[in-house]
Formats: sequence, C-alpha cells, structure tokens
Amino acid sequence: MKSTTDTSRWRTIDIVVASVIAVAFGVIFWAWGLVWSATEGAFAFFPPAQTLLYGVWLMPAVIGGLVIRKPGAALYCETVAAVLSALLGSQWAGTVIPQGIVQGIGAELAFAAFRYRSFRLPTAMLAGALTGLSAALFDFFVWNVDYALTDYRIPYALLTIVSATVIAGVGGWLLTRALANTGVLDRFPVAQDRALI
Amino acid sequence: MGGVLLRGFGWRHAGRRAWALRGVDLRVEAGERVLLLGPSGAGKSTLLSALAGLLPEDSGEQEGLVEIDGLDPRKGRERVGIVFQDPETQLVMARCGDDVAFGLENRGVPTDEIWPRVDEALHRVGFPYPRDRNTAALSGGEQQRLALAGALALRPELLLLDEPTANLDPAGADLVRQAVARALDADTTLILVEHRVAEALPLVDRVVVLEPGGGVRADGTPEAVFAAHGAALAAEGVWVPGHPIAPRPATAAPGDLLLTADRLGLPPRLGSTDLAVRAGEALAVRGPNGAGKSTLALLLGGLLRPGTGRVTASAELAGTDHRTPPHRWRAPALARRIGSVFQDPEHQFVTSTVFDELALGPRRTGQPEAAVKETVAGLLERLRLAALAAANPYTLSGGEARRLSVATALATAPRLLICDEPTFGQDRRTWRELVDLFADLRDAGHGVVAVTHDADFVAALADRTVTLQRAATSDGPADPAGDRAGRPAIQPGRDDIR
Amino acid sequence: MISIEPVAAPGAPLARRNPVAKVAAALVFSFTLLATLDPVAPAIAIALELAVLPLFGIGYRVLARRAMPLLLSAAGILVTLVLFAADRSGRVLLDAGPVLVTTGVLLTALGLVLRVFAVALPGVIVFATTDPTDLADALIQNAKAPARFAIGALAAFRLVPLLGQEWQMISMARRARGVDAGRNPFAKLRLFASTAFALLVGAIRRGTRLAVAMDARGFDAGTPRTVARRQRFTRADALLIAGAVVLAGAALTTSVLLGTFRPLIS
Ligand SMILES: Nc1ncnc2c1ncn2[C@@H]1O[C@H](COP(=O)(O)OP(=O)(O)OP(=O)(O)O)[C@@H](O)[C@H]1O
Ligand SMILES: Nc1ncnc2c1ncn2[C@@H]1O[C@H](COP(=O)(O)OP(=O)(O)OP(=O)(O)O)[C@@H](O)[C@H]1O
Ligand SMILES: [Mg+2]
Ligand SMILES: [Mg+2]
Repeated sequence: MKSTTDTSRWRTIDIVVASVIAVAFGVIFWAWGLVWSATEGAFAFFPPAQTLLYGVWLMPAVIGGLVIRKPGAALYCETVAAVLSALLGSQWAGTVIPQGIVQGIGAELAFAAFRYRSFRLPTAMLAGALTGLSAALFDFFVWNVDYALTDYRIPYALLTIVSATVIAGVGGWLLTRALANTGVLDRFPVAQDRALI
Repeated sequence: MGGVLLRGFGWRHAGRRAWALRGVDLRVEAGERVLLLGPSGAGKSTLLSALAGLLPEDSGEQEGLVEIDGLDPRKGRERVGIVFQDPETQLVMARCGDDVAFGLENRGVPTDEIWPRVDEALHRVGFPYPRDRNTAALSGGEQQRLALAGALALRPELLLLDEPTANLDPAGADLVRQAVARALDADTTLILVEHRVAEALPLVDRVVVLEPGGGVRADGTPEAVFAAHGAALAAEGVWVPGHPIAPRPATAAPGDLLLTADRLGLPPRLGSTDLAVRAGEALAVRGPNGAGKSTLALLLGGLLRPGTGRVTASAELAGTDHRTPPHRWRAPALARRIGSVFQDPEHQFVTSTVFDELALGPRRTGQPEAAVKETVAGLLERLRLAALAAANPYTLSGGEARRLSVATALATAPRLLICDEPTFGQDRRTWRELVDLFADLRDAGHGVVAVTHDADFVAALADRTVTLQRAATSDGPADPAGDRAGRPAIQPGRDDIR
Repeated sequence: MISIEPVAAPGAPLARRNPVAKVAAALVFSFTLLATLDPVAPAIAIALELAVLPLFGIGYRVLARRAMPLLLSAAGILVTLVLFAADRSGRVLLDAGPVLVTTGVLLTALGLVLRVFAVALPGVIVFATTDPTDLADALIQNAKAPARFAIGALAAFRLVPLLGQEWQMISMARRARGVDAGRNPFAKLRLFASTAFALLVGAIRRGTRLAVAMDARGFDAGTPRTVARRQRFTRADALLIAGAVVLAGAALTTSVLLGTFRPLIS
C-alpha cells in the first residue's frame, strides 16, 4: 500500500473523484430511465423489483469507501448522490438528503469497524449489509408503517438488506476491482501494482 | 521572475517502462518566450505538467531537478498559469465569470478586487459574452479563451500553453494567438507547445526542440535552429517552415456514387445540407467552429438519426441493406461499410488496451482470429504504435491517441471512411503518413470524407471541398482558402504547402 | 436533456431567499409532516404549498411536470396497499382473493398518497428554484460547510449535462465499431451495463483531470480562500424557516383538533 493511505486528509483528487462517482451514478439512473422507459412503470408496481433497484442506489456508498479509503468517504458519496438526485428533481426531492445521510452512515460504520484498514470482500459485504439495514430501518419507520407487518414490512426490509449486501456489497466490490483494472484509479491505493508497458 | 531551471530532469509515468522525458537540461530566463517543439510522444505535455507542479509524486518517478525561481514547482504553483490542450476538462464552475474568479478565490484575493480582475482578464482575451454565460454553452474556441482568461487573471509569472489552438477554425486560432500576444506583460515568461510552427513564431523569440528518448535536441533563436537543423528536424517530424510536403492528388477520376445526403440536417446543430461522395474520391468538409461539421460526420456515418432529409447509400455500398438508411443498419454491417473517426479520439475508445482497441472491429465483423492479428500488427506498424500495443488508450499522448483512433476505423477496411479532424495535433511525420494512408485508400477505390480545419491537409489530399456555413451549405471544387469569402475554383498552389 | 439548472423565475420573493434557508425550511416542513399518517394534515399542507408557489416564481405547469414521478409512486402505493394493507376494516368494496378493497384501505391509501405529496413538494419547490452554485456558496458561508468539499461536489455537478452527452457518444462509438444489441433484451441489458461502466470510467477519468486543473489554479494550496459571491443570511431568511415551522405546526394542530391525527409512532 502506498503512503497516501496513511493520512486521513483528503487530497483534491479524493474529493473530486468521490463526488464524480456519486454524480455518475445519478446520471446512470437517468439513462436507465431513457433506455428502459417502458419498464419503468413496472418497477413502481412490482415491489420486489423496487428493492432490487435499491441495492444499486446504495452502491455509491460502498464504492466511495472502497476507492477513497478515508474516513467519511462512504457517507460523503451517498450524501452527494442524494443531493444530486434532489437537484435533478427526483420523486422524493428533499427527503432523499436525510435518507442518503442515513444510508451513508450504515456503510461508514462498516469501514470504521475495520478502522479503515480492510477493504476486502467481507468488509464490502458488511458495508452493503449495514447500508441496506439503515435504509430498511428508515423505510420501515417512515414510509411503510401502514402496510401489513408480516406480509410486507418485514419481507421488504429483509429484501432490502439482501439486495444491498449482494448488489451494493459484492457488486460494489467487483465494480471497484474492474475500475482499478482500467487504470483510472492509478492514483488511488486500490490500483494494484500493474504490469509495466 | 518566472525563470525555469531543469537539470538532468526526467519523468516516467506510473505503469510505463519507458521514460516520457529524460536528461533534460534547460534554463529559461524571466521574460523569455519559448516555443517547445518535438515529435509526437517526445514528452512536451509531460514537461509542461512538471513545470506547473502537476505531476504528483504518486503518479510516476522523477529524476534530476526542476525549479521555478529556485522553488520546487509543486510549492511554487502560484507563479504558474497553465492552459491544457483540452479546455473542457479545466473549466470548474458553471458560469464563465465564476470560473475565472475560482482561481482568485483560491489565492485569497480580497472580494472587492476579484470582479475587476475577472473583467479585465475576460476583456484581454476578447471574451464576447457576459459573466453569467453558462460554460457548457461555449464552443471549443470560446472555452479555450475562457481557460486562458482563468490563467491570466492569476497574473502568472510563467505562462504555459499546450497547443492552445488545436481544433479551432483559422479565425478562432488567430483570435487566441492575438489574445496571448496582447495578454503577455513584458516580464511574463511564456512556454508554448504548438505543432504548427509558422503560426506560432510571431509569439516567440526562442525555440527548444525535445529529443524523443531524452535530452534537448536544439535550442536557440528560430532562425538559428531552423538554419542549423531544419532538414533533420523536418525528417524527424517537426514542422519546420519552408519544408513542403508533396501533395497527393487523385490518380484516377472518381468512380460510382457511394453515399448521398439529401437536404440532410439535424436542427439546431446542422442546417439542411446536400452532398455526394463517390468511390475513389477524397472530399474535405470545412467551415467555422460550430457550423455542424461533426454532426454531419456522425449523420453520414450512420451514427445519428437525421432530423430532416435523408442519407442514401448506393447499392454498391449498402449491399443487402440498400433499402434502409445507414442509421438503421446493424452495427457489424455498418462497421464493414462505413468507418468513422471521431473528433475527440478518446470518445472512440471502448477497450482498455491499444491492441484490443484495434482488434475489436475486425472481431465484431466476423474475421478469423489469425486475420485479426495480421490486420492489427500491420496497423500498429504503420502508425508507429507497436511499442504501445499493451498500453491503455487513455494514457497515450495527444498525437498517439489520434493515430490510434484513425487506425481503429481502418481496421475493418470500410468502403467509406469518415474522419473528423484526423490531423489535429499531429507532428509532421504522422501528418505525412496520414495523407499517404488516405491517398492510398482513395486510389484503391475507397471513398474518404475528411472534416478538417487544416488547410494544408485539404490542399494535399482533397479532390473536392464542401464548406458549411452556420446556416447554409455550398458544394464546390477543392479550395485551400476554405473559409474566405468568394470561392473561385483554385487548384492548390505549391506555396500553400509547407 | 439532463440539466440541474433552476427552472423558476429567479426574482420571485421567496426564490431569492438564501439557499440554506430554503433547504432548511423545506426539510423542517417535510419532517414535521412525516409525523402523521392521517389525510387531513397533508391535505392542508398541500394547500399551503400550492398557495406559496407563486411566491417562489414557479408556474403550476412546471410543478406538475416536475412532480410527475410522484404520480407514479402514488399509483404504486395504491397497488401495494390493496395487496398488503395492515388495516382492512370498513365496508368491503371488492373481494377477489388477495385483493380485498375496503373503505379503510382506501382511506389509508388517500392518507399515504397525500402524505407523499405533502412531504415531497417542498423539496421539489426549493430545488426547482435553487442554483447549485448558490447552494454551495451558502453552505460554505452560512452553514460553515467545509469549502473544499462543497466546491469539489459543485465541480462534479457541472459534469452532469456533459455526462449525459457522453452517454450518447459512448453509444455511438460502440456502434461505429460494430457493437450493438439488436432486439435481444439480454444483449440490450449487457450493452446497457457496459455503457454504464464506460461512463463511470470516463467520469472518474474526467474527475482526475478536473482535480489536476483545480490544483493548477491554486485549489487546496493552503492559502485561506476568499469568496467572490457573498451569500447573506438575513432576518427574512430566518423568518422563512420560522414560517415553515409555524405552517407545518398549524397543519398538524388542525388535524389534532379535528380528531383525525394518527401519529407515526403510536
Ligand atoms: N498519464 C500517462 N500515463 C502513462 N503514460 C503516459 C501518460 N501521459 C503520457 N504518457 C506517455 O508519455 C509519453 C510522452 O507523452 P506526452 O503527452 O508528454 O507527449 P507529447 O510530446 O505531448 O506528444 P503529442 O505531441 O503527441 O501531444 C508518451 O509516450 C505517452 O504515451
Ligand atoms: N450533443 C449535442 N447536443 C446539442 N447541441 C450540440 C451537441 N453537439 C454539438 N452541438 C451544437 O451543435 C452545433 C454544431 O456542433 P458541431 O460539433 O457539429 O460543430 P463543428 O462544425 O464540428 O464545430 P468544430 O469545428 O468546433 O468541431 C454547435 O453549436 C454545438 O454547440
Ligand atoms: Mg501533448
Ligand atoms: Mg467538430
């Protein structure tokens, strides 16, 4: 590992790339709407599919933590993503900001639990699970109170956590590795020593 | 102030075995105006980044010494202003005025001094819009001028410019050069990288030529350098004034029609345009920035759906698909018939190594692996990219990236080739190779459409020129004077070609 | 086209308020309303929100367009409730297997839909009238947010429309090289994923270059920063927040007085 990980001060590149990761996810969601406009309605009507998307929405937190490797990275990425979706006119508008903060705190706790030293798959999965858990708790108490407890609220919460662990956790970890292989992360500690050309 | 000292300086980018620069000894006194030359990949851009203190320790390995006024450039950043080749990546804020003010805020300039300095800088570069203009709504040339204003507002002692006029139309390039000339104070040091020497010479009083592989090849006043080394430098790829390149006019009359554009347009980007391309013909498309040339190239290449009018491919080009327009063809069929080279080479890259990039097209069009390897090896050799076969396309120098993007379009041997600014940022040697390559293609019966601001390229290759105006279009004979008004049919004069 | 610019007349009296004040007011208003599940308080809140709309300089049509996705989620709520409602009391209107629609279910649905609208609209209104640059300035100057982070995020936001164009470019580049999906939905999904990946890679690459350009202009050089654009937090801004508290409180109080109040946590 390079010396840059030892200090917890963020370089300019850390700040900008963390923000850009969050912003790019916002744009990918927008493009998703373009490409799959026909299926968009189905997602609103079919609750399990909604939780599937949920995992993707939580990815910035995990990827931010894995790439930047500094305290606050997961929280920052998820919060910026939330602010962007508010600016883009997301359907939840202002409320996504506190929601994003709550979700980011989940992933942040996981990285903090390993004292920002471990960024392997299990850590990523824990980060995914915790951010899923915080998202599920938020929804459980704020949005889903009026639904049947055993038929809906609990399965919904569990599905959110599973989807977050698999998509945001495992998926985020794989995506980070794939990104490192393209060379764009060469100035970050995730880039393993690559062959000379 | 603003003096530069390099002693045995070298830099190797992380992930590369070869040094981008090595053994550079150079001293530039305060107030000097230096033109930095060298073939593509010689390390010019890398040197400017080093002087600006923008090569972070974690992105490569350094050798020797570099100092600005006796300071490490990473510490003395406030003395240096830099404008990169790609203006789009260096605009930070959403409004033009805010973008110029950004640097001043960072330097801690008191609030009530900021706006007068912003206005002054914008005025000096001749920026035509008010401060609250959106930076995303600027053309390439306007962005270039704004980036220059952002650097000048900081009153740098050392100004570094990397190909500040690439991609600009001749009028826009003139404006930027005038802006630079006007904006320089007597004691500002200038280091300019520019391939096209003739245009840049009025701005400088000294020429430094970098040797690819290491060291400084030549250094002195322009007259002295070009008198002593002119012919050798020209052979190595430096654009030396007074060393013409032989044009390559067509050897046979054009053949059958390949593609016709009929009142083709895409409002508001491109007005209605008529155009025809034949086999064995090289057609140049010219026009000012923002006239819609790139849009036209994408429409002809079957990559955008026309907004008005239509594109018709002849039966010879379209084969079984002659009933549908190119934008409806399946991609593998399209790649075999019409090749496209994008204006920004990086927009074109889709894989992570130079080799895969070249192999992608042939593989998708169903060539056997052995044939793919052979095609790729041939192209790598021909465009001098063989040593970079395993490199990531995005780490190439400006010129290398351009060559690769041309090669990717050639890889599927399309019947019609459409290239957008194929020669910008090219050294003389690559430029000549590209002209030969396109001329060979044409003489073998392919059609070539080249969108370009490069008058020399038009003179050397084109059989016919189409000039797009911002509104209307005209289809006429080859005309090296391009954008000038009143277009008589002139054959390219020899003296137009350096 | 994707854009983050404000869509409202900037001169309107409330649109001109300090962005931090506007966001705070919206959050306070929304979160107060989250406390109840009844239809009355949100209905009053929506009426209030629509009443102040002209003060923000937003036309009703603009709001309708921005709030369109809300209609979709309202439909989603209805369907989900019909299937999974906790409370199925009241007169049975329709009984078909798992689908049991009663007056109680419809009343709950009305409450939830109104609540979603009431909670989301303040944010929609505020963000439709707020420029990201002003928001960052105000966050730094009035909310003591760290300048490096606010400006870094702002610089990234500028890339949003550019990334939208980049998406198109990547798609065209692939097509030019013989890569497409045709009609096969799985190939389409794969192509979407690989385009999204390319966009992410391109965005990060842009980010690294942007960071270099920012450093080149003295960002993060350790010099104390000054500000070019002053954002002031005036008494009117404080009044805006206070007004939001009072109005939301009034909506809740009315609901309590009418006896319809159903607290979120009971
Ligand atoms: N970020 C990078 N990572 C790895 N290698 C790089 C990087 N940037 C440049 N190089 C390599 O360093 C060498 C010098 O590049 P540089 O961009 O300085 O050349 P240049 O003289 O500016 O060329 P051109 O005229 O084509 O712009 C090239 O071989 C290039 O491939
Ligand atoms: N993706 C896009 N969306 C909307 N407008 C665009 C887009 N691309 C270009 N334009 C606009 O369309 C006009 C024509 O653009 P185009 O890139 O075709 O010009 P050009 O002739 O190639 O210019 P240049 O010489 O600078 O490359 C310009 O005004 C430009 O701002
Ligand atoms: Mg260069
Ligand atoms: Mg163009």
